Amino acid sequence: MLDIRNLCVDFETTDGRIGVVHDVSFSVARGAVMGLVGESGSGKSVTGFSIMGLIDPPGEISGGSILFDGQDLRGLSEPAMRKLRGNRIAMIFQDPMMTLNPVLKVGTQMIETVRAHLKCTVDEARSRSRDALGLVGIPSPEERLAAYPHQFSGGMRQRVAIAIALLHEPDLIIADEPTTALDVTIQAQILNVVQGLVEQKGMGLIWITHDLSVVAGLADTIGVMYAGRIVEHGPVGQILREPLHPYTRGLIGSLPGAAGHGRRLRQIPGTTPSAARMPKGCPFRPRCYAATDLCEELPPEVRHNDTLLRCFHPQPGALQ
Amino acid sequence: MTTPRLEISNVSKVFASRPGLIERAFVKAGLAKPKASVHALDDVSLSVGKGGIVGLVGESGCGKSTLGRVACGLLPQTRGAILHNGAELSTAAPAARREMQLGTQMIFQDPSSSLNPRMRVRDIVGEAPRVHGMAKGREVADLVDHYLELSGIDPSVKNRFPHQFSGGQRQRIGIARALAVKPDLLVCDESVAALDVSIQAQILNLFLDLREQLGLTYLFISHDLSVVRHISDRVAVMYLGRLVEEAATSEIFENPQHPYTRALLEEIPELVPKRRSYGAIKGEIPSPLNPPSGCHFHPRCPFAMKRCREEVPQLRAVAPGHRSACHLND
Repeated sequence: MLDIRNLCVDFETTDGRIGVVHDVSFSVARGAVMGLVGESGSGKSVTGFSIMGLIDPPGEISGGSILFDGQDLRGLSEPAMRKLRGNRIAMIFQDPMMTLNPVLKVGTQMIETVRAHLKCTVDEARSRSRDALGLVGIPSPEERLAAYPHQFSGGMRQRVAIAIALLHEPDLIIADEPTTALDVTIQAQILNVVQGLVEQKGMGLIWITHDLSVVAGLADTIGVMYAGRIVEHGPVGQILREPLHPYTRGLIGSLPGAAGHGRRLRQIPGTTPSAARMPKGCPFRPRCYAATDLCEELPPEVRHNDTLLRCFHPQPGALQ
Repeated sequence: MTTPRLEISNVSKVFASRPGLIERAFVKAGLAKPKASVHALDDVSLSVGKGGIVGLVGESGCGKSTLGRVACGLLPQTRGAILHNGAELSTAAPAARREMQLGTQMIFQDPSSSLNPRMRVRDIVGEAPRVHGMAKGREVADLVDHYLELSGIDPSVKNRFPHQFSGGQRQRIGIARALAVKPDLLVCDESVAALDVSIQAQILNLFLDLREQLGLTYLFISHDLSVVRHISDRVAVMYLGRLVEEAATSEIFENPQHPYTRALLEEIPELVPKRRSYGAIKGEIPSPLNPPSGCHFHPRCPFAMKRCREEVPQLRAVAPGHRSACHLND
């Protein structure tokens, strides 16, 4: 359904043009969940924004194509894009207050969203909104339509944002760290809702996160991003059990629980390079234990069984 | 038994706004209701042994940060006692009190808001030892170099400002600042929550190394159970201002007694690549302004009975070194 080929996004800055997303390719089928994992600054959110057509100057999509049901979204006019956005492709943000208008009642905002894409009466729109709130597990949805966003708790607000994303039963949902700011119990409730919806409605889902363990139980495939590139991309089991890229191995080793209790974690030395001062060749080279002179060239994307990989030195073997 | 490094004994903390003159008159005349007060801590008892790491977990709003602040002496408690090495903090003489508070330092969640953006790193780290007369003149610079190096920052960058560092490095500067007054207890309030996974691992390793090198004791406050499981020797679980369970880490994770702890543990996302179902615990943490009667957890508890609505369960030993507050234990 969604097929991204060689996507590149640049930002114009005072230091010149900086590439934030390089040569990113992946596809998402109906009913499938793709986890896009990376640390801050890796370009995972910008990738999500590109699909929604939300890259504004100084940013620019400088190359590649975003095919949605065979149609390239890059060539689409703004009115045509607006027809898709919120209707067939929807996005859930980390901070639900980015989606919600603080001075309008939730019901007003939802009815407006319904009527933006669908010719219907206010009553029809209201009942549709109420059903959507019920679907995400908000108790007494009828009364809650008359509440303002500040009257909801953080977890409930995120549910409202998800309900708004679901109003038109989109084919594709892009979720950008929607549970990062929430408690584990609330995160589990949200994951539960989303998991049910993907199964029932057969939507495609892209779940963007920095936390591998969140997507472990949710995704079918995982793409690991580092410094604007997908460095490893494959089925979830493969990536978590036998990752090939040293970065993925380091990321999993960094998770508390990977080493024994009270032991030192296998940390990755150093920090993520800034997009303006990217090292030559493989961007992970300065932090990598397996780096050699070969890595001063940019590694091409190669296929290793089911995994797509950007590394000259794939690390064989399962993680302990 | 040796004296614990930190003993929190039956501490309660109530946040109440002081009503003004007119408001008081209105309340007296029956025209207005008195403002509700928040019971952020309700009769909490916890002790941290020398050299130990106690993890304090709970959902947001459960009072874990308040407990950390009260333990440091940053907030006065309403009732109860805070004992540092067996001595009461709030009634100590000013000089002794200062000594106790210097021995207890805090590491905050957000390193960018806890470092003064207009001070150079050498001043941020060096200020407290200088003010407290722990080092003079030349010694201050040596001290700063020593603690920056210990925290993993190259001392050659000490003339820079905080904004010139990354998040992980800023957290290291915060740690160096805390260590500079030679504390033996660190209270870490969500100290790794804002960091990326790979940086979080570096900081957790640093905490473990420092414990070994300097013999530090930690009260480690976090909402992240996997972090707490990794670093702590003992774990205390809080819910809405009350301690509901406390035991050794392995005991809590393998043999949880309180229904809330059990539910919390079930919700930790795991690195298991299979579709799993989430959502064992219903509802959200209620408002502390209007907490449920009896056991605070009863509206969300699958085992709630009539007694839970009426009677507050007491925290008591269910096994040696394992305390839990639930009527089901009877």
